[in-house]
Amino acid sequence: MEFSEKRSLERLANNVRIGIIESVYSAGCGHPGGSLSIADVITYLYFKEMNIDPADPKKADRDRFVLSKGHCAPALYAVLAERGFFEKDELKTLRKTGARLQGHPDMKGIPGVDMSTGSLGLGISAACGMALSAKAYGDDYRVYSIVGDGESEEGQVWEAAMFAAHYKLDNLVMILDLNGLQIDGSITEVMNPMPHDETLRAFGWNVIVIDAHDFDAIEAAFAEARKVKGKPTAIIAKSVKGKGVSYMENKCEWHGQAPKEDLYRVAIEDLGRIAESLK
Amino acid sequence: MADKKATRESYGQALCELGEKYDFLVLDADLAAATKTGMFKKKFPERFFDCGIAEGNMISVAAGIAATGKTVFASSFAMFAAGRAFEQVRNSIGYPHLNVKIGATHAGITVGEDGATHQCNEDIALMRTIPGMVIISPADATESYAAVEAAIKHEGPVYMRFGRFPVPDLASEKADYKFEIGKGVVYKEGSDVTIVANGYMVHLALEAAELLAAEGISAEVINIHTVKPLDSELIVSSAKKTGAVVTAEEHNVIGGLGSAVADLLSENYPVPVIKVGVEDRFGQSGKVLELLEIYGLTAKNIYEKAKIAISKK
Repeated sequence: MEFSEKRSLERLANNVRIGIIESVYSAGCGHPGGSLSIADVITYLYFKEMNIDPADPKKADRDRFVLSKGHCAPALYAVLAERGFFEKDELKTLRKTGARLQGHPDMKGIPGVDMSTGSLGLGISAACGMALSAKAYGDDYRVYSIVGDGESEEGQVWEAAMFAAHYKLDNLVMILDLNGLQIDGSITEVMNPMPHDETLRAFGWNVIVIDAHDFDAIEAAFAEARKVKGKPTAIIAKSVKGKGVSYMENKCEWHGQAPKEDLYRVAIEDLGRIAESLK
Repeated sequence: MADKKATRESYGQALCELGEKYDFLVLDADLAAATKTGMFKKKFPERFFDCGIAEGNMISVAAGIAATGKTVFASSFAMFAAGRAFEQVRNSIGYPHLNVKIGATHAGITVGEDGATHQCNEDIALMRTIPGMVIISPADATESYAAVEAAIKHEGPVYMRFGRFPVPDLASEKADYKFEIGKGVVYKEGSDVTIVANGYMVHLALEAAELLAAEGISAEVINIHTVKPLDSELIVSSAKKTGAVVTAEEHNVIGGLGSAVADLLSENYPVPVIKVGVEDRFGQSGKVLELLEIYGLTAKNIYEKAKIAISKK
C-alpha cells in the first residue's frame, strides 16, 4: 500500500474512532472498547474492500456486511456516517428514544445496515445465509462479517463455521476480532475459546492471522481471501481493545460504559493528537 | 370421508408442486425424510440445502438468505424450529421481519411413540409472542397446500404447523372452501355454542357437533387455521350469536388458540370460554389414538365441554 493511501485510511479510521467516542458519550452508555478495536478493519472494509454505494445503499449487487458482534454498533454507525450513508450529526442520537441508531444495528432503520444483529452468534449464521444465497443464485457479491472473540464462545459460531466450510463459501470472510477481553475479564480466564487459528483450520477454513491495526496487513489479508477458492476465509485480527484512547486500551471495564465528561475530553484529546500525527 | 393424509405429507407435496411456479429455497436440519422436504430435495436438488443438526444456525441462515431478497422455507420438528431455535426466530427473522417461512412438522401429541421430548405443545404460544409473525395450523391436505401458497405470497415471516398423524381432507369436500390468511372457515352454522378448532382437532370438532346435535344442541364449528392474525370479527360475531365458546387445539391450553380466543372475547364480548387441549402436562410415548384419549383430545371431550360452556351462560 502506498504511504499516502495508508495515511488516508489511518485518518479515516481515526475519524471513525472520534465518531465512536462522540456517539457513546452522547448516549451516556454503549460499547466503546470493542468498537475501537475494530475501527481499522471496518474502515478498510467500507473505504477500500467492499463494493457499496452510499447513494444506493440497497443496490442488488452490493457486497454485504454483518456485524455479528452487534454491540459494537458505534463503530458501524461511525463508518457509515464517515462514508456518507447519513449525516455525522446523527451519531449523537445513538440509543436515544425514537432514533434510527438503535443500541444494536437495525437493518430496517439505518441505510447501509444489511442485517439486524446484537444477539451473539446469530450474525455469522446470517452472513452464511447471504453467501449461500449468492452461490445458489449465481450472484458474485461477497459477504463480510466481524465476530468477537468472546462471541466465539457461542456454540452457534461453530455451527456456522461448519456450515460455511461444508458449502465451500469462498465468498465469505469472517473477521475474528481478537482483542482478548470480554465483560467478565480476559477470554482465557472466562472461557478460553482459543486457539481460533487451529480450530478454524480444522473446520476447513483458510485462516490468516494479522495485526488488526496495520493497514498493509489488512490489505494483504483481504487480497488473499479473494484468491482462495473452495473454502471460506477467517481473518484473525489481533487487536487492542479500546485502541486509540489511552485509558481504555486493554481495559475490560471499557467494554460497555461511556466516559463521563472529564474522560470524554481526555479521549478526544488522545484522538486529536493522533490526528495531528497523521497530518 | 376422503382419504386420510398427514399434513406433513401435504406440506412436502405442496413444496414440490409450488416449486415449479414460485422461486424459493428450502432448508432442513437433517430431518428431510420426516418433515417431507425430502420430496422437494429430490425434485429440486439445487434449491435444497441441508443444514445438519444445527437448528439455530439454520434459522439464522434462512434470515440471511431472506435478507438478500429471496424467499426461503426452513423446516424441522416444531420442538426444534420453535423451541430450540426460538431466539433465532425472534431476533434473526421476527425483529427484521424477514421473508422466512418456517415449516414445523411433528407438532403436538400425535407424534406418538417418540414421547415428550418430541411432542411440542408450546410452539404456538412461543410464536404468538413475536410481533408480526403469522401463525397457521392447517387442518388437512387441501388447507396445507393453500397455506404454503399463501405463505409464499405473504411478505414477512410465517410459522406453519404440520402433523404426522393422518387426517381427513375436510376442505376438499367443502364446496365453497376458500383459504385466506387470517380468515376462519365456518364448517357448520349453529346457535347454542361455538366450537373454535384448528389443526388435528377440526374433524373432531365436527364429530362433537354431531354428538351435540343428537341431543338437540346446535353447535357452530369454526376452523381458525390462522392463530395470528386472529379472525376477531368472525369469532366475536359467532360468540354474540351463541353466547358460549369451546376451543379445541392439539397444544397446551396455555398460550395457544384457546388463550388467543379467550383474550379476544374477554376484551370484546365476554362469554364462557372452555379450552380443550393438553392440560399443562408433558406428553409421553404411546399409540396416537391412546394418547389422544389420555390427553382429552377427543370429540367426546369437546362435546362434554360444550355442554359445560352452555351451562355457564
